[in-house]
Amino acid sequence: MAGLKVYFDLMSQPSRAVVLFLKANKLQFTPKPIALRKGEHMKEDFGAINPFRLVPAIDDNGFKLSESVAILRYLADKYQVSDHWYPKDLQKRARVDTFMAWQHLNLRLFGSLVFRTKVIDPRMTGKPIDKKKLAECETQLDICLDKIDTIFLRESSFLGGNEISVADLLGICELMQPYAVGHDVFHGRPKLDRWAKKVQQQLQPDFDQAHTFLFKLKEMFPPSAKL
Amino acid sequence: MTGVGLKVYYDLMSQPSRAVVLFLKANNIPFTPKPVALRKGEHLGEEYGETNPFHLVPAIDDNGFKITESVAILKYLADKHQVPDHWYPKDLKKRAQVDSYMAWQHLNLRMFGAMVFRTKVIIPRETGEPMDTKKLAEFEVQLETCLDKIESILLGKRPFLAGDEISVADLLGICELMQAYAVGHDVFRGRPKLDAWAKRVQARLQPHFDQAHIHLLKLRERFPPSAKF
Repeated sequence: MAGLKVYFDLMSQPSRAVVLFLKANKLQFTPKPIALRKGEHMKEDFGAINPFRLVPAIDDNGFKLSESVAILRYLADKYQVSDHWYPKDLQKRARVDTFMAWQHLNLRLFGSLVFRTKVIDPRMTGKPIDKKKLAECETQLDICLDKIDTIFLRESSFLGGNEISVADLLGICELMQPYAVGHDVFHGRPKLDRWAKKVQQQLQPDFDQAHTFLFKLKEMFPPSAKL
Repeated sequence: MTGVGLKVYYDLMSQPSRAVVLFLKANNIPFTPKPVALRKGEHLGEEYGETNPFHLVPAIDDNGFKITESVAILKYLADKHQVPDHWYPKDLKKRAQVDSYMAWQHLNLRMFGAMVFRTKVIIPRETGEPMDTKKLAEFEVQLETCLDKIESILLGKRPFLAGDEISVADLLGICELMQAYAVGHDVFRGRPKLDAWAKRVQARLQPHFDQAHIHLLKLRERFPPSAKF
């Protein structure tokens, strides 16, 4: 069994990003799936791996680390993958870092809130979707998507520059979450659409495999083109 | 200071702006200060948009190379200027611990500290309406959860947020903490490790720490400490 253990749940966007990175670079790891929906992240032994009780987390021969952004950087530097994933050039690296910092309180936050409001809260409370909250989150999500289309992708074909990087892994996985529950993410955003297709192509067949469970939700949430 | 190639756009009321300024001062890195007054909407103009299309502070223009997001800026400056290693260690594992805090803080201390500040100060100022006490209570509860995690998980076994020495993680952490502290949130009560850490970090950063926080800490007169937790 490989000394790198990876704790993940494929319903979690940053978990998918880490798994896709490992697969794209053919890095050996021991998969340790943690089913969030069953509360497995609350068990005592997982607390020893990650006291924040979040996925993804890694245990690299005893070295434990959480937070996908930190994990992706650590793996990219440790395994000396192709430079484009996390460039050594300071300025190129800074562009990738900018997206990875910006995304937490933007695409990640609002994409997750749309998903939570449509799927998780109703499932946990048994109540119908809170439409007012959903509308607010969707508006904010659209602002983020516009910024990606017009700022990040204005002059470059990928989120951190002209080649695919760890920024694109985070970006595509976050984007798929609201997409899977019917949010019309590509409407009026040709650059975003082109980017997403390019990224997915580069990551096949791992991309489709990683998103199998998430995309089952699409049957429950047909695309809503109201915006 | 004119002619210095590194221009830094900041507002000292902005937590991540203070973190970047403190990093530069602590390392004696020369820069051209470019203050941007958020309260006057100076960040919204077209001219500033050319420096930073996100219309946020902090941002830097390093001889024409422009970046935004304090985490990206701090990493760039630390690697470019070859500052003492502890600020952003070259060792992969030590670096990863700093990265882990810098990632975690966005949706935790930063988010809830900023929401408490916004609800107490910014929104009443902008709308002229009284504070939304229900919303404030929700944010304060979340902030308390974050502070407890910092106390027991991050500072449980080590003197600084990411290890045994001060790093850029501590700069971000102390500046975010001060935002809630300045508007009366009793951040240190029941948290001896957080208290000791804050004193340690502030002592390391003087006199720059006090200078950077003058305007913010004036708010303490309006918001006496509220010990309801």
